[in-house]
Amino acid sequence: MEFLHAVIVLSNFVIIPAITYGSQLALGALGVTLVYGILRFSNFAHGDTMAFGTMVAILFTWWFQSIGVSIAPLPTALLALPIAIVLTALLLLGTDRVVLRFYRKQKSAPVILLIVSLGIMFVYNGLVRFIIGVGDQRFSDGSRFIISARDFKKLTGLDEGLAIKTTQVITVITAVVVVALLFWFLNRTRTGKSMRAFSDNEDLALLSGINPERVVFYTWLIVAALATIAGTLYGLDKSFKPFVYFQLLLPIFAAAIVGGLGNPLGAIAGGFLIAFSEVFITYAWKKVLTYTLPEQFAPSGLMQLLATEYKFAVSFAILLVVLLFKPTGLFKGKSL
Amino acid sequence: MKKLLIGTALATSVAATAFAGGHAKEVTIGVFLGFTGPIESMVAEMGPGAEFAISEVNDSGALLDSAKVKAVRADTTCIDSGAAQAAIERLITADGVDGVVGGDCSGVTGAALMNVALPNGMVMVSPSATSPGLSHNNNEDKGLFFRTAPSDARQGVVMTEVLMDQGIKSVAVTYTNNDYGKGLADAFQSAYEAAGGTITINAPHEEGKADYSSEVAALAAAGGDRLVVAGYVDQGGGAIIQASLDSGAFDTFHFPDGMISDTLSKFGSDIDGSTGQHPAPSTELAESFTALVGGAFNATSPFVPESYDAAALIMLAMQSADSKDPADYKDHIMKVANAPGTKIGAGELAKGLEILRGGGDIDYVGASGVELIGPGEASGTYREVVMKGGKDTTVAFR
Repeated sequence: MEFLHAVIVLSNFVIIPAITYGSQLALGALGVTLVYGILRFSNFAHGDTMAFGTMVAILFTWWFQSIGVSIAPLPTALLALPIAIVLTALLLLGTDRVVLRFYRKQKSAPVILLIVSLGIMFVYNGLVRFIIGVGDQRFSDGSRFIISARDFKKLTGLDEGLAIKTTQVITVITAVVVVALLFWFLNRTRTGKSMRAFSDNEDLALLSGINPERVVFYTWLIVAALATIAGTLYGLDKSFKPFVYFQLLLPIFAAAIVGGLGNPLGAIAGGFLIAFSEVFITYAWKKVLTYTLPEQFAPSGLMQLLATEYKFAVSFAILLVVLLFKPTGLFKGKSL
Repeated sequence: MKKLLIGTALATSVAATAFAGGHAKEVTIGVFLGFTGPIESMVAEMGPGAEFAISEVNDSGALLDSAKVKAVRADTTCIDSGAAQAAIERLITADGVDGVVGGDCSGVTGAALMNVALPNGMVMVSPSATSPGLSHNNNEDKGLFFRTAPSDARQGVVMTEVLMDQGIKSVAVTYTNNDYGKGLADAFQSAYEAAGGTITINAPHEEGKADYSSEVAALAAAGGDRLVVAGYVDQGGGAIIQASLDSGAFDTFHFPDGMISDTLSKFGSDIDGSTGQHPAPSTELAESFTALVGGAFNATSPFVPESYDAAALIMLAMQSADSKDPADYKDHIMKVANAPGTKIGAGELAKGLEILRGGGDIDYVGASGVELIGPGEASGTYREVVMKGGKDTTVAFR
């Protein structure tokens, strides 16, 4: 019984939130890593691309709600997702055509493209704030919980509650589906293979007749889908605020780099590693230990390894260690 | 008869003050608030509040030698101490102000006071800086700094009383990691522990973070009957409440001033039974000030009555000292703000000025119920609230 309590406390406060956050980071990091692998630059505009996609999803969610369309108990935002992906893809392709293609033709150094992406970031940033404003937007509807902490306690008669939110389950399931689709696409289809070839060796790919503009086109399409899905899932689970999406860029890049930039598998592993380390290392183990240890060993302190204000330091410490000992990241990406 | 009295009073005051220094036809007051930055929406109402008192005095023509008062605005930015110091430097050296209403946020106010106002001997009366760090109990401010807002040290005590009256003896605390949050959390901790309460954890949170599950996990592990959130409801504070409700970590909360706003209604009845408090004048004072302002600006917005009072106190102290020199009138601010004397409310500045001219004594009440204590800060009236159906309802004033 005591042990069961410990497991429930740990799942409720550590494992479930970390899995959800990890899935959100992994989807974001996948987008960053694809751009780095295929287009060969660090895309700082990714956080704001997510914000743009989410904004479109929110606007259409509101429209659907106003005309009474819903897919309850699932959130209406899922219905708006495909439209948001299309519009975000148009934005990214337009940006590529107007700005990035010029630098690609010039064969600019990655660092120049990085600065260009910084400029794009500020433009997107302004665009989103201009359209939807700087404030907090909540757009989740449908049922909020699969099981709430109070219901769980009533149902099982245990002292500790376990809450599972609908958005958490949707996030994890969507992430699994999206990742599976992406890997199938990259490994099994002709276009996916040509993208990998282009990523491995650009000149060789060109010689074997791969059309580079086509590869670029598909990359932006996939990045738009990934960014919009990641942003919308994050917004459903927490809330939408342009500034927070801008800040998301940091853990997303940390995840992509730890896993190995340019390696999709690494991006997923990196996302979960960052999420779990942030929550695990700053968790106060008092309650769990009180349940598992014999009574006379029960701790009186909080049993916290590191205070929560250092949680950003945790992910960056991991980043530093990885870069020092494995500069290409855990899963052999490209070195920076 | 009244005219004759005023005439006599005028004559005597002119005779008596003919030799006084710093006596002039023109007075300049700096309005030193964050017209841009994180609290710009609040300052949009606070600035007019201070200038409202100035125009009231100008209309009366009773200040000093029927002096005209001019208001000059300067921007504190609320967060950039360098910009704030440059702005107040400009007020003092270029505009030649005789007193400053401001600053607004605790961090920039402290910097402007210590680095510019103090060396120049300028009086500052802040309407909204609440950090306990600004209570200069050992005269570090040379008697130049006052505030019409209460110190958060006082809010910590009020919070303790509210919680103790409800029989809550153990709480977890999380605060936003800045001068305001840290100052308030520390003040609350010392007051609450002195009253016999237990604080299970006192942990900061950063604003605008992607995820607060680790903060909530630590708070939940520490436990407590209630979670005290000393933050901003539109930012991290609101996110922590949401995450706590979702995971079932806490059902009821306690909200200090930065958390009480209409935004709380988004949680609906989920947070029913939560308590809070924020500085606010009593209902009667608020109603009479609103009637006086008559829609020129929002008189019930936070710190607007305090802004009116800050400007009024400077001018009343000048009258009492019969000088616009900060070195002369700084000692008169406490005198006009507190008993004994005739009570002067908002809109009665002319009456107050006349009494002072006649050598009488006043007890300025103003728009916020001014009562300065200790090193020259408002004792503060707090509105205690309880959440019912997602709305904050008034329980009492403390």
